[in-house]
Amino acid sequence: MSLTRATLAKDLRLEWRSKDAINSMLFFALLVVVIFSFSFDPTAEESRHIAGGLVWVAFLFAAVVALNQTWARELRNQVLDAYRVSPAPANALFLAKAFGNFIFVIVLEALMTPLFIIFYNLRALGPAWQLPIVGALGTWALVVNGTFFAAMSLRTRSREIMLPLLLFPISIPAVLAMVEATSSILTGEYSAKFWIVLLAAYDVVFTTGCLFLFEIVLNAE
Amino acid sequence: MKKVFPILCVVTAVLLSYALYQALEVAPTEATMGDVQRIFYYHVPSAWTAFLLFTINLVASVIYLFRRSVKADIVALVSAEVGVVFCTVVLVTGPIWARPVWGIWWTWDMRLTSTLIMWLIYVSYLMLRRFSSSGQTAMLAATLSVFGALCVPFVYFSIWFFRTQHPSPVIGGGGSLDPRMGRVLLINWLAFLFFAFVVCWSRYRLEVVKREVEEAQAMEDLALPRSAR
Amino acid sequence: MTYLYAAYAATWIIHILYLGSLARRYSRLRKEIQELKK
Repeated sequence: MSLTRATLAKDLRLEWRSKDAINSMLFFALLVVVIFSFSFDPTAEESRHIAGGLVWVAFLFAAVVALNQTWARELRNQVLDAYRVSPAPANALFLAKAFGNFIFVIVLEALMTPLFIIFYNLRALGPAWQLPIVGALGTWALVVNGTFFAAMSLRTRSREIMLPLLLFPISIPAVLAMVEATSSILTGEYSAKFWIVLLAAYDVVFTTGCLFLFEIVLNAE
Repeated sequence: MKKVFPILCVVTAVLLSYALYQALEVAPTEATMGDVQRIFYYHVPSAWTAFLLFTINLVASVIYLFRRSVKADIVALVSAEVGVVFCTVVLVTGPIWARPVWGIWWTWDMRLTSTLIMWLIYVSYLMLRRFSSSGQTAMLAATLSVFGALCVPFVYFSIWFFRTQHPSPVIGGGGSLDPRMGRVLLINWLAFLFFAFVVCWSRYRLEVVKREVEEAQAMEDLALPRSAR
Repeated sequence: MTYLYAAYAATWIIHILYLGSLARRYSRLRKEIQELKK
């Protein structure tokens, strides 16, 4: 656990000093928002129906930007090899990285949400207090698998392309759940409860899966 | 063993032609859909075969994770690849069937959509196998296969719920199947299973030979500098 | 009826394309083996 904390603190401090990930993510998400609003030009009524999809597609793409950088830093100077030979549990490292990415993406979402509200004139007609829950669960779903697959694609040629190719198909049910939950809260037409439960189950199952298999991926040689 | 393969090929060819005859001539014409319904005899067996192959892929991957056996890895690769081929058949014949019956090529119906997502997952599996540097491919692919399997129930539930919110065209069937149709269906499935087995076998041998060649090449590359000295 | 034939044809076209790719890979391998034997 202390290793998790130490790695997390190190990553956060590095990010705080450089702000590489968050800046590139923010700008990327901003571009997506602007391009989408050009290509759809929605009225407030329509936008409520499509906003769930827009928001999550923007976050998904932005998250990939951060996820791709997760392990790159450790690859330089052979830090990853040092982890491999050290007796430290691999899962502690994985959790630290996943929490780090989670924090980055949550910060991004917190900064982007006002922009979405302004650009698309959004107002939730359903229970708005469920939105943060959907946001947290959905972000964790993306980030836990993303961190795992980023570690996996480290060992491939053209790894920056590989990550989305691996991550998106597996994430389809989670993305569907996030989008549907968000739209149902925004439109207030039906309850988002089923989707929240599905997301929570997805998070539990895949977090367990990642923790079981991460050691194998880290040591794959 | 060498003799078994040609015999198997002949048996498969005979079975496939018999099954085709059964599907086109013997099977009764469906009352509402007419002859188009006969696509069923290719569509459904292909789907079953694809899912069987994906299951084999998962089992072989798990065996690989525990035993590190090269054979299991090759079986996983072969079953995923042939499974994707059969899944492609399902996805192509599906719309051809849907068009005359429902009047649309594609609907985001539960079974169509989940088959499409399965297809996407296994294509990404094959991409990973192609792109990863050799040596770690097997391990990474096996973990991805496990993740894909974990994903299946979520795909199913999410799309099931998605669909119950958004009404969609009614899917044909639901009632009981004519026993004669059931028989033809099973014959076709048997034929396609034989076919899949033959394809898998040749793909397996190809992979074995390929790995041997790669090994020999690596040895050669090691040996060359020494002889040049 | 044309839809039926189209579906059956499509099925076999997909399978034959795949078998063709297998055959191509086989012949490439055979060439490599020939080169190795030299």
